[in-house]
Amino acid sequence: MTLAPGKKKEKLDRLAELSAVHDDERGVSLWREAMRRLRRNPAAIVGAVILAAFVLVAVIGPFLVPYEPTDTIGVREKVVSSGHGIIPGPSADHWLGYDHQGRDEFSRMVVGARQTLIVGIVSTLIGLTIGVLIGGVAGAAAGLGGRWGRLVDNVLMRIVDMMLSLPSLLLAVSVAALLGPSLVTVMIAVGMVSVPVFARLLRGAMIAQANRDYVLAASSLGVRKSKIAISHIVPNSLAPVIVQATLTLATAIIEVAALSFLGLGNPDSAVPEWGLMLADAQKYLDVRPGLAIYPAVGIIITALGFTLLGEAMREALDPKLRR
Amino acid sequence: MFRFIVRRLLQLIPTLFGLSILLFIWLHRLPGGPETALLGERGTPESRAQIRESLGLNEPLPIQYGRFVKRLVRLDLGTSISTKRDVTTEFLQRFPGTVELTITAMLIAIGVGIPLGYLAARRRGSFLDQASVGGSLLGTCVPIFFLAYVLKAIFAENLGWFPSIGRQDPSIDATHVTNFFVLDGLMTREWDAAADAIWHLILPGVALASIPLAIIVRITRASVLEVLGEDFVRTAEAKGLTERTVRRRHVLRNAMLPVATSIGLLTGLLLSGAVLTETVFAFSGIGAFIYDAISNLDYPVLMGFIMIIAVIFALVNLLVDVSYSLIDPRVRVR
Repeated sequence: MTLAPGKKKEKLDRLAELSAVHDDERGVSLWREAMRRLRRNPAAIVGAVILAAFVLVAVIGPFLVPYEPTDTIGVREKVVSSGHGIIPGPSADHWLGYDHQGRDEFSRMVVGARQTLIVGIVSTLIGLTIGVLIGGVAGAAAGLGGRWGRLVDNVLMRIVDMMLSLPSLLLAVSVAALLGPSLVTVMIAVGMVSVPVFARLLRGAMIAQANRDYVLAASSLGVRKSKIAISHIVPNSLAPVIVQATLTLATAIIEVAALSFLGLGNPDSAVPEWGLMLADAQKYLDVRPGLAIYPAVGIIITALGFTLLGEAMREALDPKLRR
Repeated sequence: MFRFIVRRLLQLIPTLFGLSILLFIWLHRLPGGPETALLGERGTPESRAQIRESLGLNEPLPIQYGRFVKRLVRLDLGTSISTKRDVTTEFLQRFPGTVELTITAMLIAIGVGIPLGYLAARRRGSFLDQASVGGSLLGTCVPIFFLAYVLKAIFAENLGWFPSIGRQDPSIDATHVTNFFVLDGLMTREWDAAADAIWHLILPGVALASIPLAIIVRITRASVLEVLGEDFVRTAEAKGLTERTVRRRHVLRNAMLPVATSIGLLTGLLLSGAVLTETVFAFSGIGAFIYDAISNLDYPVLMGFIMIIAVIFALVNLLVDVSYSLIDPRVRVR
């Protein structure tokens, strides 16, 4: 008994779909279960609240600030003279005082939240995209096996090893030194640091998934290997990558600050960003330590928010802890 | 074991080859270029050409790379543009400082981290547990150079308990044999010199230890908790071993395996952190020199230092893998 080719394909696809792990009414999906446990974890709630407040400030804050963050108002009013170390502190009009160029520090902190969020997200996305591409191709190639599969996997992993052979900050320094100081450079440099992490995570998870029963089921039903890799293995391997991305957002914000500190940050300090503000403030620590403390506290709290949420997600998604 | 080491060393070659090419291309494309860094805006075309000639920058890139590798094998990494001295000499002179600093940080991180993580796991849910978990989360979120500035402002500048900069008080007439200042002091029996060098290490050491400490506390705690739930611990307790024996022979020994791996991985973190900490404390190690090299666009220094660090980093990781297989017999079987 033979089926028409089109019908056979249709049937196989349906069978493969049934064999794969996915949401349905009877079972509880990995993600729904994880959400349920996240909601019960106080650390996750704290992290989520911090991040919600941060995003809110970043999105609507810039429309509400009392002064332009680039306006050197203090210099015009002749109350700020950084050359003589005169930078007035908080007052009724300027809640956090002026910065070293006579700009309103409060407005810069609020507008800086947006810039910090953008820089963090973009650099994480750069690392995530390149890392997932490399890891995904290597994982699929390793799964396909054969001479070419092993070769591709090997070459890609040696490239990743190369990136891992440098301490992270020095890798970022190398990239930043190559591209010249600019905001884009900072984001690429910080993004590159996380490429090997994402690549290794995804590849490892894919190789672990390749031995699972549902993959065996799908392949014994005749589903093409490339389709198994893309529509079954990759989605099931993404959980650790997503957790890592949340944690990377925290380190990205801190690393941007470190690069700025080393003089490899955005050379244009007109647009405020917390890492850059913190790095700039080190010259005025004796005069106005507040200029360093405000952005530092902003960075610490935000990084803590991403870390709390990321760690809680890791716990929630850990199959060993599932009940 | 021997074959394992040889294989790992061979794996290092393609990595280093690729890295050398990348570094070579990267650092040659530095914006402004070395001649601008040397002469600034005042450089005349003639003096620029002269400098390009003397640095070999006029040759085609493949030939420059060939020279670069040849020099690399001979450990001749060129001359620093800013200090006019040999890069290898500069490195060797400064490396002991960084080693002393990273060892100090590691000792602080391990010495505080493992007992704290262990106690937190034993008293799960207690105030100590919550404080160490919260503290370790916070520890990874503080930019290390900010922490360094805060420590310096409070304990060096305000309270005056510790020196704020340098590796040793210059007024102490110390003899330097190895450039490991603490070791030198002990070897030459100049006790005050050794004590002063240790004194200078504490604040930067604490700043540098912050992130490794946070990580070690978390891993130790998680690992002890996992081992405490294992069947073999219950068996050991059931057969009537004293709590002390169970703790030492069964819990701690097994719980230390993941901690040992993480300690190896922390080396990279320490070297990264050293760049920032050394800069804040004007501590003359390789980190502070890398900072200077960045501001001076001193590309032979940047290139050479990064290359040497990559090799050291790889060797440390190899050492960790080997020692790991010594601790855990299961790894050797593979």
